[in-house]
Amino acid sequence: MEPVHIIQGTAVPLDRSDVDTDQIIPSDWLKRVERTGFEKGLFSEWKDDPEFVLNDEAYSAASILIAGPNFGTGSSREHAVWAIQQAGFKAVISPRFGPIFKNNSTKNGLVPVEVETKVGNRLLEEVQRQPLLEFVIDIERALVEIPEINFEFGFPLDQSVQERLLNGLDDISITLANETSISRFEESRLAWLPSQK
Amino acid sequence: MGKTLSQKIWDSHVVHSGSGEPDLLYIDLHLVHEVTSPQAFDGLRINGRKVRRPDLTVSTEDHNVPTENIDQPIEDEISLKQIETLRANAREFGITHYPMGHPNQGIVHVIGPELGLTQPGMTVVCGDSHTSTHGAFGALAFGIGTSEVEHVLATQTLPQPIQETMAITILGELPPQSSAKDVVLAVLGAAGTGGGIGAIAEFRGPVIEALSMEGRMTVCNMSIEFGAKAGLIAPDRTTFEYLKGKPNSPTGELWENAVAEWQKLRSDDDAVFDREIVLNGNEIVPQITWGTNPGQVIPVQGTVPNPDDFEDPAEREAAERALEYMGLEADTPMSSVPVDTVFIGSCTNSRIEDLRAAAAIIEGRKVSAGVRTLVVPGSGLVKEQAEKEGLDKIFKGAGFDWREPGCSMCLAMNPDKLSPRERSASTSNRNFEGRQGRGGRTHLVSPQVAAATAIAGYFATPEDL
Repeated sequence: MEPVHIIQGTAVPLDRSDVDTDQIIPSDWLKRVERTGFEKGLFSEWKDDPEFVLNDEAYSAASILIAGPNFGTGSSREHAVWAIQQAGFKAVISPRFGPIFKNNSTKNGLVPVEVETKVGNRLLEEVQRQPLLEFVIDIERALVEIPEINFEFGFPLDQSVQERLLNGLDDISITLANETSISRFEESRLAWLPSQK
Repeated sequence: MGKTLSQKIWDSHVVHSGSGEPDLLYIDLHLVHEVTSPQAFDGLRINGRKVRRPDLTVSTEDHNVPTENIDQPIEDEISLKQIETLRANAREFGITHYPMGHPNQGIVHVIGPELGLTQPGMTVVCGDSHTSTHGAFGALAFGIGTSEVEHVLATQTLPQPIQETMAITILGELPPQSSAKDVVLAVLGAAGTGGGIGAIAEFRGPVIEALSMEGRMTVCNMSIEFGAKAGLIAPDRTTFEYLKGKPNSPTGELWENAVAEWQKLRSDDDAVFDREIVLNGNEIVPQITWGTNPGQVIPVQGTVPNPDDFEDPAEREAAERALEYMGLEADTPMSSVPVDTVFIGSCTNSRIEDLRAAAAIIEGRKVSAGVRTLVVPGSGLVKEQAEKEGLDKIFKGAGFDWREPGCSMCLAMNPDKLSPRERSASTSNRNFEGRQGRGGRTHLVSPQVAAATAIAGYFATPEDL
């Protein structure tokens, strides 16, 4: 995973609540065994509608996705995160995220920015009015700044998640540093637990 | 202060904890399927890593598999490649694998319990959000993404931040027409799709205690639909009776020791939950979803809600959009809405008890003309048992298609799909836009309501027949 420090760019307003992972990437796309090539599947059912906001030229350069509450609810498919990233997005702003989606995001360096509903609604309005509004998301300070409208707000970022994002750390290597503890734990597991030996 | 059940299981699985760090939890059982694993196995190969505990890992193929003509080669080449990739990975890394056609093959969340792989007090993960199903046994079970699948394969552990606790208590007694599915749909109606985010939910109270293991699995299965990390139920005599004699259950003295330990797995009386929902079971009538998320739920005998009645502007807008997608008018009685397809299956409702309940309603009756109906047993073992009891004959006699095991129309990854604007009564877990096929309109119901609807041709409870 590449380290993430600052995300600077414009945003696209996806003014819908409960955008589930089946909308983000329909299940037909999940049959692939590769990790790349998912950008075409992103919102593929909604994209047929010319009015769909992601088809709007004004937002074509956006690298931040702003959505209503409960973004990424539903299935555990990490393909949803891969599709969003491969389509050029680096962060998603929403008042609430589906928990598995949120977890998957940070494992891949896609930053989930959780905001109050009030703030989320304001951002949607601002970006609908001014598509080229520039956002600066600072991971180190867990802060979003929008200088043009003189607006900034913090967002919750778990300390260990923040460290992994900033340093682009691989979870598995961190865990394997505790190999001795894992082996010790394994020695004391209950005798009747199922095993396929 | 006492501990909740989930805290007890959590604490007994902490391998390592440090300040500012998530706890590192040991994973007792890792279930693997074809869709969320190929990129994880690739990751292991790229980094020269092995599967740490192939003996605690079991894989099967379920999401993609066809439910007809399974003795023929799979026609969809991409599906075929994904399934063959899993078989090759299982061989390469020494993992027990149950392929299509094997009696132990089936939906991961059906086979784990029926093989006795899921036991009280365990931690269970799978790259599938409905892993919460296994919580029915008093296990801490949750869905993970592909990065985490790779992490568990490599280390048999997962770093996890502490979760809040949530008690969902169902008091009283269910009316005879209602089932476990109606309980969890009613919980969804009360909690909404976000009500459980950040928490592990424990279902309890007399209604839950009276449920069979199959019913408890149905309830825990849909925990993720209100956003909970996991859902679980304290193990009791019903749990132990179910597990006794299962292929992976302990035997002899170990069985006695295990039961003694399992009996301690309950929330302490003085444990305090961070959140609480209490529902009166006597008021839980058969439920149905009307919209495009599982929190949009009403009684089957009710009417489609009017968006104007929602105070919250976001909910009003979501309701308007949902009605448009679903092709429904506000204030329409659900009993006047005709269906095109009835699907009985999925990790929510494809177990033997679900099939028995549906068969009891359709026995001696015929499916309404023009309604497409399919029954997809959850596993080879469920199918075998159902055929032993003659349920297949009842279904086929009424006009149902009797299929091979798999996830099937729950998520439309195999040939079983809805067409645009086709309306289904489905015993599955998600009514998202396009979930069962592009443009398809899904209504989530219990097996009993699905069966009655197939006969009536309109949404119906068994009472309406």
